[in-house]
Amino acid sequence: MNSSDLSRLWNDARIRRIAIQVILVALVVFCFWWLISNTSQNLDKLNKSIGFDFLSQNAGFQIAPTLGTWLFSYEVGQSTYWDVYLIGIINTLLVAVLGIIAATVIGFLVGIMRLSNNIIFRSFATVYIELLRNIPLLLQLFFWYFTVLRSLPDKRGKVDLIPGAVSVNLEGLFLPFPIWHSGAGFAGIILLIAAISALYMRAKSRSKQLMTGHPLAIWRITAGIFAAACLMIVVSVGIPMEWSQPTFIETGPILKQGFDKATAIMIIPEMLAVWFALTLYTAAFIAENVRSGILAVSKGQTEAANALGLSTGQTLRLIVIPQAMRVIVPPLTSQYLNLTKNSSLAVAIAYPELVSIFAGTAMNQVGKEIEMFFMMMVVYLTFSLLTSAFMNWFNHRSKLVER
Amino acid sequence: MKNLPLIVIVLVIGGGLGYFLGGGNEQAVEQEAAMETSSESTLEAVKAKGYVQCGVSQGLPGFSNADDNGNWTGIDVDLCRGVAAAVFGDADKVRFTPLSAKQRFTALSSGEIDILSRNTTWTMTRDTQLGLNFAGVNYYDGQGMMVPSSLGVTSATELDGANICTNTGTTTELNITDYFRANNMSFELVAFEKADEVVAAYDAGRCDVYTTDRSGLAAQRTKLTNPDAHFVLPEIISKEPLGPVVRQGDDQWFNIVRWSLNAMINAEELGVTQSNVGSMMGSDNPSIKRLLGEEGNFGEELGLSNDWAANLIKAVGNYGESYDAHVTPLGLARGVNALWSDGGILYAAPIR
Repeated sequence: MNSSDLSRLWNDARIRRIAIQVILVALVVFCFWWLISNTSQNLDKLNKSIGFDFLSQNAGFQIAPTLGTWLFSYEVGQSTYWDVYLIGIINTLLVAVLGIIAATVIGFLVGIMRLSNNIIFRSFATVYIELLRNIPLLLQLFFWYFTVLRSLPDKRGKVDLIPGAVSVNLEGLFLPFPIWHSGAGFAGIILLIAAISALYMRAKSRSKQLMTGHPLAIWRITAGIFAAACLMIVVSVGIPMEWSQPTFIETGPILKQGFDKATAIMIIPEMLAVWFALTLYTAAFIAENVRSGILAVSKGQTEAANALGLSTGQTLRLIVIPQAMRVIVPPLTSQYLNLTKNSSLAVAIAYPELVSIFAGTAMNQVGKEIEMFFMMMVVYLTFSLLTSAFMNWFNHRSKLVER
Repeated sequence: MKNLPLIVIVLVIGGGLGYFLGGGNEQAVEQEAAMETSSESTLEAVKAKGYVQCGVSQGLPGFSNADDNGNWTGIDVDLCRGVAAAVFGDADKVRFTPLSAKQRFTALSSGEIDILSRNTTWTMTRDTQLGLNFAGVNYYDGQGMMVPSSLGVTSATELDGANICTNTGTTTELNITDYFRANNMSFELVAFEKADEVVAAYDAGRCDVYTTDRSGLAAQRTKLTNPDAHFVLPEIISKEPLGPVVRQGDDQWFNIVRWSLNAMINAEELGVTQSNVGSMMGSDNPSIKRLLGEEGNFGEELGLSNDWAANLIKAVGNYGESYDAHVTPLGLARGVNALWSDGGILYAAPIR
């Protein structure tokens, strides 16, 4: 190959492009190799190895009672670090899901209020949004947590929200739980059948409305179906369920006084504070998304609806919101993702979610930083991708169908 | 200029490769530099820069705590000031670096500080796996529990069913879990990331018990709304010997720190105090003569002057004086931290 061959190669656009691609790939591979070899070298120096063996070791520390510890019946000395990981995931998911639901409801309400003609509603919404959006979430978390703590009696006292059923004190919110009797399965099946037939009637009513313009009296039909189902259950098996009676112990050893945890569901105040803070903070952002979505619907739509004689509520529900959804949903997705990721701030106020118990307590005991952070990144990535996938599907559904 | 894009690409890639190769060389250079610094002794480095760099806590009254003017006080601080006095004859030739629990060992092994004097527990893992050496014990601590007096509890064995507040990421969580399991008692743990939130939550009544090292309990109690309404239970559920730490591999510096601490304890035993150190110079007691450098050449063997210990005691006093000035006000009696001759376990090797 002489120099003119070489210059011909250089001047051949196709070969040049291939060469660039090959070199780029080589560079990327080199970077990764360098990163990984450097890390493993440094770990060697510290006498550390990479491995996931620690997951089967027993965890020697206590975790505050939450949904996760209940689901996996966590017990010190019996449960492993893998259980700790799962408990962390469940607790993170719990606040994320509850937060998303509550933030959506409050966000929509406040967003609509922000555009209301009523000055009280409108100014309330404005103040709410500007206040909560502009204060750092961590501060709000502390505010709610210590407000909740400071305003409640300690565990030897209580405030009854619904006497005999729902009470609250510093240990948490106590709720009764359902106790199922025999026949509960049968009742469940009957109710399921009732629900399916109600849905069927609803579909039928809709098709009738499309055909004739007159729907069936769907609410009356649904009520009838369920009344019949309930009657059937009561007649055949009685009421197959009762609520537990939360018992409050006022005598005996002072540390054993308070609610008997075997008789109630306990929701710890850390969980309530995290939920409050995440919900109210995210709702402020969602409210702004909703407002922008509604404003994006042309005013002609509302005027046309008014001209047809629809009420304000109907206009909002049937005309404006469905069209606003396609503007609301994409930013709503990122708010949901933010809420899930922000839940990791809960470590500051002792709510045992993933970052707190897995990256905090467990990591300090076993010292496997790389493996544990990798496992956590997998969790948050999975949550986020699943949320995105669902919201993309929903977005696709609510897109404007153009003919 | 048909070849311009190609030339640009070649330059970029060449530069990238050069960066990586150069990076490799830089690493080699850094390693050489690190070897050089380790061959230069810590004492020489300290003398060259003119001060001792001392790692302390971010604020633990009695041990290392800064006042409004940035002046550090406490027994951990006194040890650093004592080392500075032994090296330079001037206790003010010391600078302090406040460190969190997480940062402390990295700061020491990277050479950012010369001594870590930060209520650090001496454990086997830390001694063997982190490349560090503990130069002694300046406070024998143990994990304890604080409760509100209103509970009427007098012993930890009555704590069945308690809610317990503590910090996450320390041995505290494991110790308390072990203790309750061993005694077959139930409890619930509320673990916060930072000590301030633990105190606030305990103060609000979220927990019946606050657990951490006993010295920490005494210090944090001062932050409660009504400190007198709380007291520390007698049980000690773990051993936490706290002491100064240095890097492994520099025996001379290790000896200087170790013997500075020993000198403070020996001075108390021999009755040498900050105020009488001058008059003690003429003492007939051979032990005092050796301590104050009037007999033998102990200071020179350490690489210091012979009046090293005299300077140290002039600057910070003996161990007992330091303890009384900083720890006693917290309400912590000497207890096991008394001299062996007074019924404690403080026992320094003799200067001989």
